[in-house]
Amino acid sequence: MAEILTLPPNLPKAQNAEVGASKFCPGCGHGITLKALAGAVDELGIKQKTVFGCDIGCSLLSWNYMDLDTVQTHHGRTTPVIYGFTRANPEAIGIAYMGDGGGLAIGAQHLVNATVRAERMLIIVVNNTNYGMTGGQMSPTTMPGQKTETTPYGRDCEVTGKPAKAAEMVAAIADPNKSFVARSTVSNVRKLQTTFVKALKNVQNGGFSFVEVLSLCPLNWRTNNFETFERLQKMEEFFEVKDFLVPEGV
Amino acid sequence: MTRTKIALAGEGGQGVQSVAKILVEAGYEAGKQVLYIPNFGVEQRGGVSIAFCQIADETIGEPRYSKGDIVIMLSDRAIDRCKTYVDKNSIVVYDTSVCTKKPDVECKEIIGVEANKIANEQLSARVFNIIILGVLLEATHVLKLEDIKNAMEKALGKKFDAKPELRELNYKALEMGMNLVKERAGAL
Amino acid sequence: MVNKLIKEDTRMFLTGNEVLAYAANSAEAEFMYGYPITPQNEIMHTWCKLLPKTEAGFLQTEDEISAGFSTIGGILAGKRAFTATAGPGNVIMQDAQSMAEMMRIPFVCAVMQRGGPSTATVIYAQQETRLTCYGGNGEGFRIVYSTAGHQDLYDYMIKAFNTAWKYRFPTYVLADGYQGKMREPVTLYDPASRGITMVPTQKALLGPGEIGVDRKSVHLRNTYNMEEELMEVLDGYKADYEKMSEEVQEWEEYKAEDAEILIIAHGIVARSARTAVDELREKGIKAGLFRPITIRPLAVKPLRAAVQRARQLLFTESANGQLAQMVLEQLYGLNTPYTTLYKMGVGVTGDDIVNKVESMAAAV
Repeated sequence: MAEILTLPPNLPKAQNAEVGASKFCPGCGHGITLKALAGAVDELGIKQKTVFGCDIGCSLLSWNYMDLDTVQTHHGRTTPVIYGFTRANPEAIGIAYMGDGGGLAIGAQHLVNATVRAERMLIIVVNNTNYGMTGGQMSPTTMPGQKTETTPYGRDCEVTGKPAKAAEMVAAIADPNKSFVARSTVSNVRKLQTTFVKALKNVQNGGFSFVEVLSLCPLNWRTNNFETFERLQKMEEFFEVKDFLVPEGV
Repeated sequence: MTRTKIALAGEGGQGVQSVAKILVEAGYEAGKQVLYIPNFGVEQRGGVSIAFCQIADETIGEPRYSKGDIVIMLSDRAIDRCKTYVDKNSIVVYDTSVCTKKPDVECKEIIGVEANKIANEQLSARVFNIIILGVLLEATHVLKLEDIKNAMEKALGKKFDAKPELRELNYKALEMGMNLVKERAGAL
Repeated sequence: MVNKLIKEDTRMFLTGNEVLAYAANSAEAEFMYGYPITPQNEIMHTWCKLLPKTEAGFLQTEDEISAGFSTIGGILAGKRAFTATAGPGNVIMQDAQSMAEMMRIPFVCAVMQRGGPSTATVIYAQQETRLTCYGGNGEGFRIVYSTAGHQDLYDYMIKAFNTAWKYRFPTYVLADGYQGKMREPVTLYDPASRGITMVPTQKALLGPGEIGVDRKSVHLRNTYNMEEELMEVLDGYKADYEKMSEEVQEWEEYKAEDAEILIIAHGIVARSARTAVDELREKGIKAGLFRPITIRPLAVKPLRAAVQRARQLLFTESANGQLAQMVLEQLYGLNTPYTTLYKMGVGVTGDDIVNKVESMAAAV
């Protein structure tokens, strides 16, 4: 048994082998997402020129998860930090990694304007339909009827509006000739990695990419394994999983 | 240390800041110490426009002053706004053909000029502010006429070259402005 | 690399905002990130107008939050980058400025103060003094130069880049709307001609070497898990800050040696105080001026010495005693009486100060 445990894990090169056990909660979608992202970085061989920015919240636990040069920020400001970087160093491949709160609420202006300017970067919004790190409050993407700490009786869309659809919004304002926009899900890891590869390839070509990832939060959802994936399935019905914009050369 | 503090105030569009710029450029080119603050409040759009200028022989300390040596008021609103810059040592200039009232201030001297009327009737409405510049020059002797002409050449030279009659018009306006002060009632 | 435009001493008649753009170019600044707000706009305008010649970079962002954070991004990429702001812009940029403080990022920002609180006026004030020194949720590990005219703007903007990159604390040129908008003569020069060498920049991310071969990947932190972990870091910052303070602190004294009434003022108000001191001396009143140039950190020793020599103090500001609050804290134990002349968001003239000091002298 001890020998099995000492076997080196099968990690992508862009993932930090030194970090040890994941700090994410059991069943969290971040680990899957980051592994797919690291795999995509490996596939394209861009590790040495990729700069990774992680936002506050659960996303922040990724701060030493990747074997990439990394910077932490908060509140969706990861987007301006990374485009500030890639504007100054156009050789770099910039990734801004954040949750639905950072991307769509407190940092929404950065998402909107980075999209409109087609900043040369990849923005990843990991959508788990709540603010996980702060204890499970309602976020812009909280599902109708979903119970959170600030919607203890379920989200009432009459009062709080309907869930924000990030990929649709970004696709609506992005330049289709320069932008790759997709919604993917942790239920299909292989496809998620393919999506990241397309997104990063587009950045390599000088374009802007946005990937929303439907993710899991069993702790705040208070769901067991079975219910967790049932919930994800519901999310996939509500939030359409597809490539919204695919520019040429991707 | 000699320092001349000049406040020019009028309605937006009367060319107050343009004249101030020519004046301070002329001072700078003449080797004087110069400091100019345009009034750039929200009222810059459609309100009273004020230029605070100082021309001195030595380094200028304060950027804004309490009282001007010469305060030029080119509208009723400018009179109301700029009374505060006048004291017993100030010369006040106002345009009798624009203002409907005489500035109610205690000062060294009040000079009323009909610059707007003269510009419209004898020259061109466009050189109204240049007449005022002539008035200012004669009332203060802060700079030489040649200094002003050089600065005008710098600011408007291209236009002058394209239309030489413009140069004449501006020079004439300057001269008429100066004469308004020379020939004023009670002039020494 | 950028092209420097000023190659020899050049006398010019400029607005302060223009001076700052030229100064940044002379300091070999490579990138400006900015967002429009009066009265700093002409820094951006001038910077942009010069771009074909300088071949530097510029990005107009979506707000001052982004301007601050993207400046940080540019600096992490190893560029000598800067931004500029004012008033409510300075308020929301505190988010990024705090991060620069936390991560010891050589962040350079010109602050052209306008009236406050909130929108207030677009004209002038000294009401961002406290905000610029101590804004954000931190301890004010920042260096703030308060300028008093165009030569200062040029000199200290160049110096700000070197101070920032040498000591790795956010560094500010604190000016105001008057200085930004007014025109006065100034001598621009190539810093090299004054023996100034620019401190080289470094890439914090994607620096030299291959990850996994020559070096490990870099993970820059803005978050700490444990209270003690944070305090250890900040204790280190504090020690660095205190060690650096004597090296960077600057002040100016004008006829302060034998002054019975010492005026304490910073920035453009100190210029009015100079005018007042001359007039008061002519009237036989022994007035003098102590002007902190670095208002963070303050030059405490010379300040206390000057105060101890005087019989009375006058604090004067275009704010309600924001500098005085910082200064008084450093004067603990001294009992020199003080009077104040505060005009919130309004310029203080020489006459204002003369009148005040005369009344102080008469009261003795």
